[in-house]
Amino acid sequence: MGTQKKGASRGSEDPVELACVPLQAILLADSFTTKFRPITLERPKVLLPLVNVPMINYTLAWLESAGVEEVFVFCCAHSKQVIDYLESSEWFSQPNFTVTTIESHNSVSAGDALRLIYERNVINGDFVLISGDTVSNMSLTQVLQEHKERRKKDSNAVMTVVIKRSKPSQITHQSRLGTDELFMAIDPNTKQLLYYEDKADHAKGSIYLDKLLLADNPSITLHNDKQDCYIDICSPEVLSLFTDNFDYQHLRRHFLKGLLVDDIMGYKIFTHEIHSSYAARIDNFRSYDTISKDIIQRWTYPLVPDVKFFGNSSIKLERQGMYRASEIGQSRSAQIGPFTVIGSGTKIGNTTEISNSVIGEGCSIGSNVSIEGSYIWDNVTIEDGCKLRHAIVCDGVIVKSGAVLEPGVVLSFKVVVGQQFIVPSYSKVSLLQQPTKQDSDEELEYADNSSGIAEISSITHTVDKLNGEITNRPFETQCWPTSELGTGGAGYVWSICEGGHDEEWRHSVAPIPADKLSEAVQAADDDLELTQDGRSLPPSGELKPDSNDSEYDDDGESRDDSIYFEKEVEATFLRAVHENITVDHVILEVNSLRLSYNKVAADCAGGLFYSLMKLALETPHDSASELVQATTNVLAKWKKLLKYYLAEIDEEIEVILKLEEICESTKEFAPVFDKILYQLYDLEVIQEEAILRWDDEKKDADESDKFFVKQAEKFIQWLREASEEEEEEDDEE
Amino acid sequence: MADVQGLVNDFATKLSKRKVEGSRETARMTAELLRTVISQQKMTSSTNHAAVLIDSVRGVGRRLIDANPVELAVGNIVRRVLYIIREEELLLQAGELTLSPQGSDREIDEEDDKLFLSSAATYQRILHPPSLATLLGSKPDMPPACHPSASRNHDIEGKGKFELSFTADKSPSSLALKRHIMEAVNDLIEDIKTCHEQIAHQAVELIHQNQVVLTLGHSRTVKKFLCAAKEKKRSFQVVVAEGAPKYLGHVLAKGLAAKGLQTTMIADSSVFAMISRVNMVVVGVHAVMANGGVIAPVGMNMVALAARKHAVPFVVVAGTYKLCPLYPNNPEVLLNDMRCPSELLSFGEFSDCMDFSIGSEAPLLHVLNPAFDYVPPELVSLFVTDTGGHTPSFIYRLISEFYSADDLALQQKLLPESEHSNSI
Repeated sequence: MGTQKKGASRGSEDPVELACVPLQAILLADSFTTKFRPITLERPKVLLPLVNVPMINYTLAWLESAGVEEVFVFCCAHSKQVIDYLESSEWFSQPNFTVTTIESHNSVSAGDALRLIYERNVINGDFVLISGDTVSNMSLTQVLQEHKERRKKDSNAVMTVVIKRSKPSQITHQSRLGTDELFMAIDPNTKQLLYYEDKADHAKGSIYLDKLLLADNPSITLHNDKQDCYIDICSPEVLSLFTDNFDYQHLRRHFLKGLLVDDIMGYKIFTHEIHSSYAARIDNFRSYDTISKDIIQRWTYPLVPDVKFFGNSSIKLERQGMYRASEIGQSRSAQIGPFTVIGSGTKIGNTTEISNSVIGEGCSIGSNVSIEGSYIWDNVTIEDGCKLRHAIVCDGVIVKSGAVLEPGVVLSFKVVVGQQFIVPSYSKVSLLQQPTKQDSDEELEYADNSSGIAEISSITHTVDKLNGEITNRPFETQCWPTSELGTGGAGYVWSICEGGHDEEWRHSVAPIPADKLSEAVQAADDDLELTQDGRSLPPSGELKPDSNDSEYDDDGESRDDSIYFEKEVEATFLRAVHENITVDHVILEVNSLRLSYNKVAADCAGGLFYSLMKLALETPHDSASELVQATTNVLAKWKKLLKYYLAEIDEEIEVILKLEEICESTKEFAPVFDKILYQLYDLEVIQEEAILRWDDEKKDADESDKFFVKQAEKFIQWLREASEEEEEEDDEE
Repeated sequence: MADVQGLVNDFATKLSKRKVEGSRETARMTAELLRTVISQQKMTSSTNHAAVLIDSVRGVGRRLIDANPVELAVGNIVRRVLYIIREEELLLQAGELTLSPQGSDREIDEEDDKLFLSSAATYQRILHPPSLATLLGSKPDMPPACHPSASRNHDIEGKGKFELSFTADKSPSSLALKRHIMEAVNDLIEDIKTCHEQIAHQAVELIHQNQVVLTLGHSRTVKKFLCAAKEKKRSFQVVVAEGAPKYLGHVLAKGLAAKGLQTTMIADSSVFAMISRVNMVVVGVHAVMANGGVIAPVGMNMVALAARKHAVPFVVVAGTYKLCPLYPNNPEVLLNDMRCPSELLSFGEFSDCMDFSIGSEAPLLHVLNPAFDYVPPELVSLFVTDTGGHTPSFIYRLISEFYSADDLALQQKLLPESEHSNSI
């Protein structure tokens, strides 16, 4: 009873709130990656079945139920297939939900897509940016409201990124979805995203944070247990930003990091964490496996197989999470384990065992077949006695009797595996030959769409011919490269390309093999020993500038920083000397350096003074007195510059300390310390108070430190007397 | 017609996407949709009008039931509308044949009307074999509380209209038939809207002074029922079990306290510890099946068993629209809805404990979240419906009052209840 009330109120709330501006969404029906090759050579990723429903339907169903009213589907690779599919589906005839397709043939990245959409000028408010391979059931109401409120306060809050908790494996530094470990720094109060790194170098076990991050924010939290859901709420500015920065390609790698690093425009990105609801993106074969399992376990409710969230055929949920369509032919002796989905029209033979798998529609599975953890799409024929473990088998594949698919195998459309043939693990088999030309840029894909299609048609033609021959003369050798897939087989085994076998297991549907795991455990142990030294990264926790955790940052990094800074200041100064740049301009340049290195005025004063002294040293001189004279000249000339940074006594002391340092390291200056100090006083670069305080500070120092104090003793003595006299005079008055 | 099709599609999508949930809401919306379907149905002069209507309603009903088979109320309403059409047709035929007195119209039209006219009875016997309910209905042992004044008024109104319609009967009978059906469907909608009050009227007879009443979760019927007793100056205590995982008991407890009822909230797991101090359990349910068993929010079976153990009466309050003419066959699976596991455990925590890198098989942690429990009829002491109190064994008779045996199997998939149809 309560649910109906809740449901009703939610139903009535959304339209009211969104009535002012219809909520729009951009759905990228192309992931611009090659992770799903060879399958994506023949069919776009968004149309690949996920638990027997094309992926794009999950995304559209979610958008529709979340109150989005207008969706622009950006199609690029195989755009015709996507558009044809959408046109024949029911999405075009939904009330209050319009789907518009935007087609492009020359976009190679998400950046291009967004630039094109910006040109179309169809987005007129906040919009949801999502990829067509995202599965979610979260409610947008709250995140939209947060986004809008932030926008009201600060028009620079252009984007809200949805994240969720998901701890990556300690061993493989990889999330459940097979993506790399992700590091984020978030302001715990405002939820502003400050740092984003998904390609962290886990070999070193460390990440580098800009010191600015710690300096500018009262507190930040650093997470490595968050998952990026790839659901973004964006303001219209995002599109124009893509247009302005025409080199932005990747949504995260370029755009997000670009905005975070480049604070010129001051755009801010915020995060919204979801707790109970589900959101995940299918990025690779492993996430395909994981998300399929999540769907079967109903985390994505109501987007589950037995609910008709989309015009899918009716499937009933039986005990132990077994989903079966009503019209299946199942032998009584067949055993179907829990968490299995079986599509309609599928026939299963005697004593076949199926567990943890998804079987599509119209498949025929013979007797004594064992299928475990596999994804078998529509109209697949699996003959007697086959063994399939953790494989993806696309539409129309024929696996002949006795064949074995080892973990991680991907069989693309219409491949035929010969009798008794064992397909080695992680092989990818397709009727299409592996493209020989490997794009250097991993983002590039689908460069020439048309040629691919032509290739497909020619190949399917040959396949048909071959199939005919196979049926006629079953045991004769084919002209097809039979050696690759056994007798009667058809298809090319793709060689594993760059990244090599080593990376294959990370993204495969198969679980990580035991030997890799033990290797990784070993490596992790080594890491652990290394990190015992105290430089370990807290897994996730609050990091404050004054806490111990951040100290090594200050020590280690800022020392390097200071050296670089001083060099830069010196270079700037020398250029000023040689090119006769006015003092004002030098100040401007030094100021910008100061900001970029995050230094204070004292550092500038020190640096400039050092440069001045060096300049004086370089002027030719014979005796100590000449050196002093040269120094005086230089100081007199650049007094104004130096004085600009000497607003406080502390900065003047810094200069004295610097002088001390210089005199210590340069033997030519050492004897004339007091003289230069006097000149500084005389030129009013340094006030007597600074000198006196320096003297006071040095009183407690070691004897070795007092060398220069002693040298200047007379001068200081004189100063003290003079000031006393003055005081006396004051008193008299 | 296209307009109706659009409405049907719209409602079916809403049902299938679980945007409309809860038996009352779905029942009301189904009835309103069917009213539109009937009113928009074009009547060709030659054919059998009732058959046309039955076909179209049945077609729509099949789609709606298919959209979300768990919402049994949808099927109930479809069957009741079908029954209304059948009855009206028979009456019209009888009226045309014998110029029957107007009383008979009124009698059959009002399902819950137990007022009996002897002349109508004879006609009814011609049309139908006598049912136990109609026989019992004439006897005074039916509680008078089930005849609230609203229903009476309606009765009189209805009479007036039927007299009108009878004069119009000389014109094409299809119009009269349609009008009669529309009237009856309107009454049905009104019943759905007002059944809470009618059930609440009976509260004062069931709840006694200083009793302790236990309930689980949140039900609007239960809330009205308890509040009605309070308004009648009964002083009693309510114990509310919170109803995990939705915790709607919290809502109820707050609501009751706001109405001035002494309320105690407990966790579901302490029901058994509490039950010995309880005098009566009053709960709302999702559906009442033909055998007297109920489909109820999860946790109810435990409450019913605890009540049985301590011999505490287990009273179910339910509107007649929740009466489902089907027998529960494997109800734990077929009549259940496995909801999102995140109501129990947040997904983040779940994914944290998954060592995906090692487990090659299905995850070692499963989270199940069934929405409903099946409580067998043996555990139910009394049903309080808008037609009065009934024991579980009487439910099948009540069902024959509201449904025609021909309509039980709306879908081919459902097995026809052969045993049931024989018994009538």
